[in-house]
Amino acid sequence: MAGKTLTRMDLSEAVFREVGLSRNECAAMVESVLQHMSDALVEGESVKISSFGTFSVREKAARVGRNPKTGEEVPIHPRRVLTFRPSHLMKDRVAAGNK
Amino acid sequence: MIRSELIQKIADEHELNLNQAERIVNTIFEEIIDAMSSGDRVELRGFGAFSVKQRDARTGRNPRTGESVEVEEKCVPFFKTGKLLRDRLNDN
Repeated sequence: MAGKTLTRMDLSEAVFREVGLSRNECAAMVESVLQHMSDALVEGESVKISSFGTFSVREKAARVGRNPKTGEEVPIHPRRVLTFRPSHLMKDRVAAGNK
Repeated sequence: MIRSELIQKIADEHELNLNQAERIVNTIFEEIIDAMSSGDRVELRGFGAFSVKQRDARTGRNPRTGESVEVEEKCVPFFKTGKLLRDRLNDN
């Protein structure tokens, strides 16, 4: 997949083209969207964006891991991880666009 | 939190009307799907990165009938959590 990488700047440029706000304000909007989503997730809430996908937080139990290089056992503490489940619409569009 | 609640928060925080906030939020998500549909990555430092992964063709099975079906190779969306958010989830 010889694609390019988009960043916050590209998203804020897209917002700039769509609404009549300054570039600075658009950058603040993108930041604010990511911030509100992160805050909800850190609170343990799921973030469900219709026709995009669902971000949810899962609790992982403690387990014994192993350093693959040395074979040494290391304890892995219980932790919270984030999973993203894409919507059907996203899956369909990504599959169709990359045929 | 669902899409409409996110829109409400953006409207409140930036003193925008709901319509405007909705267009802003929708544009951001639309742009991400659009990028991935073109095979591009979207990297949002601190939050995470959206990318496209290729899945090989395989022989699947209809779980109800047990019948074999050929599944073509396809591309699927993938999200990797950013370091800052991962750390925040585990309160460091």
